[in-house]
Amino acid sequence: MTVPLLKVDNLRIALAGDGATYNAVENVSFEIGRGEAFGLVGESGCGKSITALAVMGLLRRPLSLGGGRIALDGEEIQDASPAEMRRLRGKRIAMIFQEPMTALNPLSPVGKQIAEMFVLHEGMGWNEAMDRAEEALRQVRVPSPERRIKDYPHQLSGGMRQRVMIAIALACGPDLLVADEPTTALDVTVQAEIIDLMAELCAAKGTAILMISHDLGLVANMCKRVAVMYAGRIVESQAAEAIFATPSHPYTRGLVDSLPRLGERSKRGRQRLREISGVVPSIAAYPAGCRFNPRCPSVTDVCREMVPEATPLPAEGLVRCHHHG
Amino acid sequence: MAEPLLSLDDLAVHFKIGNMLGGGIKTLKAVDGVTLDVKPGECLGLVGESGCGKSTLALAIMGLLPPTRGTIGVDGQEISGNKAPDRMKMARTVQMVFQDPYASLNPRQTVRRTLADPLRLHGVTDKAEVEARVADMMARVGLRPEQADRYPHEFSGGQRQRIGIARALILKPKLVLCDEPVSALDVSIRAQIINLLLELKDELGLSYIMISHDLGVVEHVSDRVAVMYLGRIVEQGGWQEIFENPRHPYTRALIAAIPDPFHRAAISAKAKARGEIASALNPPPGCHFHPRCPLKADICVSQDPVLAAVAEGHRAACHFRDRVS
Repeated sequence: MTVPLLKVDNLRIALAGDGATYNAVENVSFEIGRGEAFGLVGESGCGKSITALAVMGLLRRPLSLGGGRIALDGEEIQDASPAEMRRLRGKRIAMIFQEPMTALNPLSPVGKQIAEMFVLHEGMGWNEAMDRAEEALRQVRVPSPERRIKDYPHQLSGGMRQRVMIAIALACGPDLLVADEPTTALDVTVQAEIIDLMAELCAAKGTAILMISHDLGLVANMCKRVAVMYAGRIVESQAAEAIFATPSHPYTRGLVDSLPRLGERSKRGRQRLREISGVVPSIAAYPAGCRFNPRCPSVTDVCREMVPEATPLPAEGLVRCHHHG
Repeated sequence: MAEPLLSLDDLAVHFKIGNMLGGGIKTLKAVDGVTLDVKPGECLGLVGESGCGKSTLALAIMGLLPPTRGTIGVDGQEISGNKAPDRMKMARTVQMVFQDPYASLNPRQTVRRTLADPLRLHGVTDKAEVEARVADMMARVGLRPEQADRYPHEFSGGQRQRIGIARALILKPKLVLCDEPVSALDVSIRAQIINLLLELKDELGLSYIMISHDLGVVEHVSDRVAVMYLGRIVEQGGWQEIFENPRHPYTRALIAAIPDPFHRAAISAKAKARGEIASALNPPPGCHFHPRCPLKADICVSQDPVLAAVAEGHRAACHFRDRVS
């Protein structure tokens, strides 16, 4: 059997607060193959972003790694020293963030920020690195890169800044790109372009993607497999098409049904949207058993007492629900 | 035919930007010649990306920004110019629901105060009546009357938006401007708020202007749709016409940009827009959309397209409006 590029096994992330420690993420496991695009979907607070930070080795207090293993290419990195992680980050795993304005250094021209990657990770001199930076800007289709290279982030539009972020992230040809809501701050037509660009460049370089988003549609379009998180746990993972065609967890089903589908009104007239009742629980008050149970239409006593085990689904999918099947 | 509740005629809102020292004064045409009607009981969807002028348009309708040119008629009365009605009267006719329920509620006021103050200001002095109307409105938006003495921070995002809706409706307005009312909410909460808005519209006979960049939501709630690009309306018509037979390339690009998992390749990649929105300070000549348009020809650079009829009640501002299909 081939070794997956990234294997996250039984990840637990601890959150220290008010004299108590909470598990912000627990029992999270997934694998990403070489060159594969994998999506992690969930609402704010579900733990998807901190899972990404854990993979990057960027958890900071009050968050810390509570347990589990993270292996890159078969090599465990969860206990790697800060210096080792610095060598990995940017070189083998890279990340792009939601808001490029806050992720870029406002005091440094964008060309220099890209060139820094070549200097740090490939030992290049600055002159050569600046040439490579210009080439990298051209690859992410920034117009007139020879001039843009001297621009500061505030001189660029949101879409251009995100292109710069992608150029930095992909500069050293990493094996894995972690993209945390990379287009949420952008307009829809710009979002479409950025997603296409990311997918195209990663496919060309054989880079795998861990895509984090609250937008099921976006992730399903881009990724081969999708995992859905709720309140710190993965509740379901399936092939992207299957997650819409046959959502197996009541939460996923609720999400899919609650989206107004384009074209649906023409076909069937305006139907009342299916609601998911209640609200997302706060981390200090996660319910016992299945964490979705207070909002679930098919809840029974067992859901309130027992944490559901994973039930396998076709094509390496899984669902955590007592009432599946 | 019913008298329109809102009628905009050639409305323009321009801003002077800059100063005499730094490169001179420029004019930003945030809204530039918008003609639009909203009939009683109708929901008009207003679509466009950031910077297209949709929020400026909303503020002008609220009477919060003076028009540079053109007129705004609300309920048969002109609200700009010399004989404009006072703000108190306006407030009883037009109200607004804001995007961010965290920022738009006074954190130091209880729900009761937030809802009762407008009533008192508008001459409802009888304590029992104020109480009754506050309780009634809370029940209508799905809050329990005993929650009236709580502060905004004690509520979830969805509940706060319910408070925002209650505040908008407490004076029994005829027209409600909803500015991205669900985009700040968790995905699993959005359906609740959309359903609530539609129920209230039917119960109370309200008219809405639904400002949103989410085309799924717009299609679901709107009777008619207007699409804005850089200060101008580029297409307007019945919801079905707009979504099934869009005639402006920008409308088509917006629809093509939706990551829609249900019919992935419904509209071809050819419809996608290139590049980014130009600055409203310096819009491209002729058709503002031409630098991004797949149908661009010489005439698009030299001549402004007029918003002309393509079918009954359906108008598009494109030189090739009859060719786009």
